[in-house]
Amino acid sequence: MNTNLVDLIYLISAVFFILGIKGLTKPKTAVRGNMLSAIGMLIAVVITLLDKSIVSYEYIIAGILVGGIVGGIMATKIQMTSMPQMIAMLNGCGGGASLGLAAASYLLTSQTGGYESGVLGVMAVGFVMVTVLIGSVTLTGSLVAFAKLQELISGQSIGFAGIKFLNAALFISAITMLGMLCFDPTNATIFWALVAVSCTLGITIVLPIGGADMPVVIALLNSYSGIAAAAAGFIMGNTVLIVAGSLVGASGLILTQIMCVAMNRSLTNVLFGVMAEGSEAIDADEVYGGKVKSAQAEEIAMILETARRVVIVPGFGMAMAQAQHAVRELSDVMQEKGIEVEFAIHPVAGRMPGHMNVLLAEAEVPYDQLVEMDRINPTFEQTDVAIVIGANDVTNPMAREDKGSPIYGMPILNVDKAQTVVVIKRSLSPGFAGLPNPLFAMDNCLMVYGDGKKAVIEITAALVNA
Amino acid sequence: MEMIVMQLALFVLSLFLGVELITKIPPTLHTPLMSGTNAISGITLVGAVIAAGAGDSASSLVHGLGFIAVVMATVNVIGGYLVTNRMLAMFKRKN
Repeated sequence: MNTNLVDLIYLISAVFFILGIKGLTKPKTAVRGNMLSAIGMLIAVVITLLDKSIVSYEYIIAGILVGGIVGGIMATKIQMTSMPQMIAMLNGCGGGASLGLAAASYLLTSQTGGYESGVLGVMAVGFVMVTVLIGSVTLTGSLVAFAKLQELISGQSIGFAGIKFLNAALFISAITMLGMLCFDPTNATIFWALVAVSCTLGITIVLPIGGADMPVVIALLNSYSGIAAAAAGFIMGNTVLIVAGSLVGASGLILTQIMCVAMNRSLTNVLFGVMAEGSEAIDADEVYGGKVKSAQAEEIAMILETARRVVIVPGFGMAMAQAQHAVRELSDVMQEKGIEVEFAIHPVAGRMPGHMNVLLAEAEVPYDQLVEMDRINPTFEQTDVAIVIGANDVTNPMAREDKGSPIYGMPILNVDKAQTVVVIKRSLSPGFAGLPNPLFAMDNCLMVYGDGKKAVIEITAALVNA
Repeated sequence: MEMIVMQLALFVLSLFLGVELITKIPPTLHTPLMSGTNAISGITLVGAVIAAGAGDSASSLVHGLGFIAVVMATVNVIGGYLVTNRMLAMFKRKN
């Protein structure tokens, strides 16, 4: 088929992708947007399959069958609480596909005459190697992220003091090999060494990142998978790959940026795992020292009974306890009693961007009840009760007040300004930042100890009977 | 050479377009955005099929790598679009 025609059709599918992403700006148009994007994909794939350079179809058909079945099963069976793992897997597949494509292209070119000399040849090899580097890091980094989220390995930071020097060394050697290959593309040994070093780098970059920093990693790997696709587009001289890949790359970068701002940390700071050092270790007993009050479900129900406005603050603990449906029921019962209920969503609550929103949407909480941090914070002073479920660091007033605190400057939800704060939590154990939370010792704060789901169900039952 | 310059221009302009588009997406849809863009990055499928379908002149390693690339890209496309659709359907109902 005429290459100009193919490029024009690729342009059409690129337009579909753009319209698809544009559809995501509103929940109402989002489903249609996703469809448009899928149509764009179908057009691009079909037109490519008609390409004259494809001579054998057996590997393609087998690959599409296997991939389609695996992808289909994953997408339909996965639980909403496991969505971060799903995204990690998809990121990894994106990186892996680019890596496989780049490696296949390199070997094929080496077999059939090799790269031409001169600037063009050097650039062609360069694109392949950049794709290999980014694709490998994305692949293995995502696998580690998946293992952490799935708790196959510890979800916390794993590593040793000098790991950043190891990473720097790995990165420098990868770049050196990349440069060597540009001038001597025939040296396959260096090529495979580059693959090995890049794959190791992906592992050692993600291992030391843990817990509440996971949203940043997921968003960043999302971006890498797009950049890898765009780099693969340069290898193949394929316009739709370049456009789609860079759209995805930009998307991931923006999400990464949003996550970093929401934690008041720079990207390098997250990647190299350095929390700002606090002036001194804060003693939990000193903060809590007999000032923490706990309450039973019945007492909470009595307080809620007289409330006019309640804000629910969900965190990763809600996902862990699978409490989203119980929370929705509590919210329904309160609304039946004429209480105004809203949900306060901190940008980094959970393990990926938008994690809480997806869980609450699954439990059929209308999305207009989910309010972003900046819009809900001024309303806490008019709020009778704030119910915190499985969130900790994002409500810690030290971030606002204590200049010496490692989390100082991180934007938080000002739940302490509410008349009463109810914190549902297993114990007084610290969150990811490892800090005690003075909120728990405040006069207006009541702790309900126990499993999030069970506690919420008990409060709901007590409220129904009240 | 002109080709590469054109492609570079396309790349940079698409990045800017991406930034403009994505900043308008509300936080509530950030997870579907990620899975949806994952599906889009499955566009590597169009490159992967060319590698996998290279014919008998290519070694079995090339075919194997092409096959793996096709599998992974298809997981992205099918898995990404289906799971995005599943999530978005939850946002749509009741409204």
